[in-house]
Amino acid sequence: MLDELRELYQEVILDHGKNPRNFRRPNKPKREAAGKNPLCGDQLVVYVDVDHNECIVDVSFLGKGCAISIASASLMTEIVKGKSIADAKALLDNFIKMCTTDDFDFKGEDGAEELERLQVLSGVRQFPVRVKCATLAWHALDAAVKGVEEISTE
Amino acid sequence: MINFADHPSNTFDIEKIRSDFPILATEVHGQPFAFLDSAASAQKPRQVIDAISAVYDSGYANVHRGAYQLSEVVTDNYEGARDKVQEFLNAEHRGEIIFTRNATEAINLVAASYARNKLNCGDEIIITEMDHHSNIVPWQLLKAEKDLVLKVVPITDAGELRMDIFEKLLTSRTKLVSVPHISNVLGTVLPVKRIIELAHSSGAAVLVDGCQAVMHESVDVRDLDCDFYAFSGHKLYGPSGIGVLYGKKELLDAMPPYMGGGDMINTVTFEESTWAELPGKFEAGTPAIAQAIGLGAAIDYINDIGLASIAKHEHALLEYTTSRLSAIEGLKIIGTASNKVSVISMTLDCAHPHDMATILDRSGVAIRAGHHCAQPLMDRLGLPATARASFGLYNNQDDADQLCQALETVQEIFG
Ligand SMILES: Cc1ncc(COP(=O)(O)O)c(C=O)c1O
Repeated sequence: MLDELRELYQEVILDHGKNPRNFRRPNKPKREAAGKNPLCGDQLVVYVDVDHNECIVDVSFLGKGCAISIASASLMTEIVKGKSIADAKALLDNFIKMCTTDDFDFKGEDGAEELERLQVLSGVRQFPVRVKCATLAWHALDAAVKGVEEISTE
Repeated sequence: MINFADHPSNTFDIEKIRSDFPILATEVHGQPFAFLDSAASAQKPRQVIDAISAVYDSGYANVHRGAYQLSEVVTDNYEGARDKVQEFLNAEHRGEIIFTRNATEAINLVAASYARNKLNCGDEIIITEMDHHSNIVPWQLLKAEKDLVLKVVPITDAGELRMDIFEKLLTSRTKLVSVPHISNVLGTVLPVKRIIELAHSSGAAVLVDGCQAVMHESVDVRDLDCDFYAFSGHKLYGPSGIGVLYGKKELLDAMPPYMGGGDMINTVTFEESTWAELPGKFEAGTPAIAQAIGLGAAIDYINDIGLASIAKHEHALLEYTTSRLSAIEGLKIIGTASNKVSVISMTLDCAHPHDMATILDRSGVAIRAGHHCAQPLMDRLGLPATARASFGLYNNQDDADQLCQALETVQEIFG
């Protein structure tokens, strides 16, 4: 029992959960979207700034949530900064696959290096109700880029 | 330590009770199953499961229709369940017991059929800060439609209703007061009898949301003098899909039907129809037959054990668990009313309620984490969520101990 839980709550997650990176609201947010999980009350806002080349030049977030959703948001901000919108979207799709399929082999995929970093979150596979926590910030980022103001996991 | 052997013999045999609930013998993630989420929905005893199977096994037919023996038997059993509810609530007339799908539908029925016709622009409805969404949203919908005023009675930090403010909020424009009997988040027992007295003296009718009360204490609608009382069968160890609205006969008689259809009419022509007598007027269409009969069996089950014994057992468990939890560092109990039932909301400094629930689940302990359909209350408390452990008649000290041990695991991981 503890093994599976330790797999879910790895050091990296606990660290990012307690001390989230890029946990701030920019002075003048360019694009933002709220992500809500009505089931557990998690709420966060993702802020993103995209340049004329469709490249993410800044991304940050604020909010309240469980360790998984906060850690995932924190890792996401570190990982997608500097990426193009298209690359970030491809990462989101592969990240969802990683969180929901048992033997997803990302080695040959684009962004394999980033996916390897995100692998710490793949423990949610064993905890299906927590997949929404892990992907909440990513969906909010996707919405912010598209100009959608709010997304909900329900 | 509380000694459960103190209970009067043969009224409360916890081992016997536990053996009535087949689910409690199962394991979850290789651990004994400590089910501490009865406030969301309770498990069902063998007696209820059997009563429902028997409906289908020994002959099922529609009610109030068939001119053959089987239909009559099923109708008798269905109506017999109503008699049991009538007695359970000590209602004066059997027609005052309306079967609904759940408490939510019962409240919506009062909103749509009573309040919509009785209240006019500027009239007031009073609810509380502790209400479940199902006693908030129906009034908001009506408020928008009829231009009403919705007032909210605040609570103290301990989770008790500010009766002083309630008295001040009551005016001659207040036409309806709708309050929970017991809070589903804080476990607070509200002084409903006093609320009803005060409301009546200023001319307002009262609806009591008894969802969290009927399984913990005996309810006497005549003694309370409430105008309406709502509850769901599934929290009372009965099946889902069946709920009850009690309403005073003179009020129900004066109300128009809630839904139209079969069963609720007296005569129908294309020009007009006349309504059936109570309770039929409010039970359009084929009802939840097996579920009503299952609810009747749940009431028999509760009566056999006795609500007084159940309350005593649960209260001892509440005290035991509260004192054990209070010893856990960084744990805060949310809701410390002097009169509360065995519903314990809590937060931990080191972990979010959702993370607590995941770890508890792996330890075999089922609790609920979240806003418990009471977002305005969470806002009032300044919390995004709580973890809630709720104890029913079948829970024991082992469940409480398993909970505390699992909370230690949470601390180990997050500490
Ligand atoms: C206080 C209270 N009111 C109303 C409800 C709604 O009950 P149901 O969903 O069965 O209609 C609940 C159940 O969650 C409750 O606890």
